[in-house]
Amino acid sequence: MSIYLKKGRKIMKKIFSILLTIFIPLSFTNVSKAGSHMEAEVIHWWTSGGEQAAISEFAKAWEDMGNTWIDTAITGGDNARGTTVNRIIGGNPPTAAQFNVSKQFVDLVEQGLLQSLEEVASAEGWRDFIYPPELIETCEFEGEFYCVPVNIHSWQWMWINNDVYNQVGLPVPQTFEEFLAGAPKIQEAGIIPLALGGQGWQESGMFDVVASSIMGFPLMQSIYRDKDLDAFRDGRFESVLNTYRELNQFTDEGSPGRLWNDTTAMVIEGKAAMQVMGDWARGEFAVAGQKAMVDYSCVIPGKEKYVALGGDVFVFPKNDDPKVKDAQLAMASMMVNPTVQAKFNNAKGSLPMRLDVDTSAADACMQMGLDLIQNPDAIMRESDDWNTPAFTAAWGDIISEFRNDPNYTVAQVMDDLEGVLTSGL
Amino acid sequence: MPFYRNIAAKIALLPMIVISLTVFVGCIIYSFVYSLTNSKLVPVMNYVGFDQYERLFKQRKWDVAVENIFIYGFVFTIGCLIIGFLLSVLIDQKIRGESLFRTIFLYPYAMSFVVTGLVWKWVLNPTFGLENSMHMWGMTWFELDWLVNRDLAIYAVCIAAVWQGAGFVMVLMLAGLRGIDEDIWKSLSIEGVAKWKSYIFVILPMLRPMVVTAIVLIAAGVVKVYDLILALTSGGPGYATTTPAMYVMENFFSRANLGQAFAASIIMFISVVCILAPWAFYEFYLRNKYANN
Repeated sequence: MSIYLKKGRKIMKKIFSILLTIFIPLSFTNVSKAGSHMEAEVIHWWTSGGEQAAISEFAKAWEDMGNTWIDTAITGGDNARGTTVNRIIGGNPPTAAQFNVSKQFVDLVEQGLLQSLEEVASAEGWRDFIYPPELIETCEFEGEFYCVPVNIHSWQWMWINNDVYNQVGLPVPQTFEEFLAGAPKIQEAGIIPLALGGQGWQESGMFDVVASSIMGFPLMQSIYRDKDLDAFRDGRFESVLNTYRELNQFTDEGSPGRLWNDTTAMVIEGKAAMQVMGDWARGEFAVAGQKAMVDYSCVIPGKEKYVALGGDVFVFPKNDDPKVKDAQLAMASMMVNPTVQAKFNNAKGSLPMRLDVDTSAADACMQMGLDLIQNPDAIMRESDDWNTPAFTAAWGDIISEFRNDPNYTVAQVMDDLEGVLTSGL
Repeated sequence: MPFYRNIAAKIALLPMIVISLTVFVGCIIYSFVYSLTNSKLVPVMNYVGFDQYERLFKQRKWDVAVENIFIYGFVFTIGCLIIGFLLSVLIDQKIRGESLFRTIFLYPYAMSFVVTGLVWKWVLNPTFGLENSMHMWGMTWFELDWLVNRDLAIYAVCIAAVWQGAGFVMVLMLAGLRGIDEDIWKSLSIEGVAKWKSYIFVILPMLRPMVVTAIVLIAAGVVKVYDLILALTSGGPGYATTTPAMYVMENFFSRANLGQAFAASIIMFISVVCILAPWAFYEFYLRNKYANN
């Protein structure tokens, strides 16, 4: 009996010592965290080459402050946001997480799951330098800051291969009407006039560019934001749908499911004449060694030119550990720092969220955006600034189906879109 | 049956039973309760009655998804069974290099659906797949635009799925065929029954357990089809190849529309029960009962 007891005691001792070796270092790391050194895990979806370069500017700046950056990159915005939400609800939140400038994270704020950044925001005077002020609206809830806008991306661009237009002897189009007029001639030359990747987000993204360029931002605002059915039914929205359908005659049959960067490559290689895509496409041209306004043109279509306020924000989920809060506030302050902003946005190809940032490295296209954004009337909001992801997705489904199903009439689409407008989603 | 019979086995099964009850039944109840709320990004107890279901049934996309799952289920099940059975019969003809063929036909089954999806995506893509190759070989009349044609895209998905699943059915059937007594074949040949007739009218009914197993396994795969379509078409063109499972996942993750996702998954659950319950009841209960009597 005593032998068994002894054996048991020995085993217990062993187990105990193993546990000790595991937990003592752990408790020490906790102690060391208490010093000035901070650790931060950041969830984001920046995984392509240019995007990686951009996020590592943040990481570098954070590590230069003597801290540790734990990078959790997850491919695809949907997946990354899903992970963030799951981890917050599961009680293991990251220090910081990426979202878009939109209503995506409103629920998290309302449920009290996000850290207020008001302390650092009012101390540093964020309200004075964040530009344009619409970005403040995105982040401010009941007078407190809950997110850090880090950049501005705009959808409003046509990317055009200049060679193709030289070849067929046409000037580079400045509006969708001009593009449509020249498209048959390009088609005759054996070139695809419109490069479009047939994924829902690309289809509805292009639709909104067509819409704002044809009917202007004020009308778009009364439809998307105010859900004004009279404005929706006054005929101009139908003409947008008609133009969109006309444009789609000039795409190729390989379009369904094609990725945006593969589609941009078609314009770069001269297989296609034009793509409607956000300013992140500029990175693809740059990587291919092409020069803005020489090899390719970037055009904001329409008589009135707008720059849309898309972009990214970081939110900081609440954590019981007060040390984490310190790290979160320090990181928020770092992200809006003008030097960090300059480095980050030059790598990302996006516009900074404040005007006092050095943008001397900007190319012709980026300069166009920078000039335009200084004019408050040219600043345009996007549907997802006012609407929930469920609304924009239901809307996008109909647009995508309209593009792909020639039997889906404009009248039917109008009815279905009205259904979404009145759904209260 | 006395409670204490096979008590050890029952105790061993207990953890599984507990997990099934809490995880499966618990989650079903949880899903149902929250399908009655207007939860968006996070589950909140905000009762709205059956609004989510009403909205669900108004969705054109949901109709397409339901139609697709029926087409896919029918074509995939029948396709796998017919092709799988034919392959197994052919291999059963005491051919040379049997194990080689068996490996080749079963190989697709070893792949993940994502790989299958990508392979077929490239094969069927009209701009750089098979159609393009044929055009380059001078056969410009050749057309294969299933994947980008919204009416045919779901059948393209079925082709890829059958390509993957048929080999598995073949192996199951082959095992059954190998279990057929030599004497049956002898008596069939003495009677002078044609070979194809003996396969269809005598052997096939004897393979019934294999067919049932194959159908159960295939059917389980039908309802949860997700990764194949995601890799092959991502639900496109438009949403022509979307399925209920994709609808649920979308609303869960990218659309922050939890209530709607829960409602759709409950409808999926109910329809599976409605289809499978009577059949399972017959197959596993009534038949045994008659067989035992």
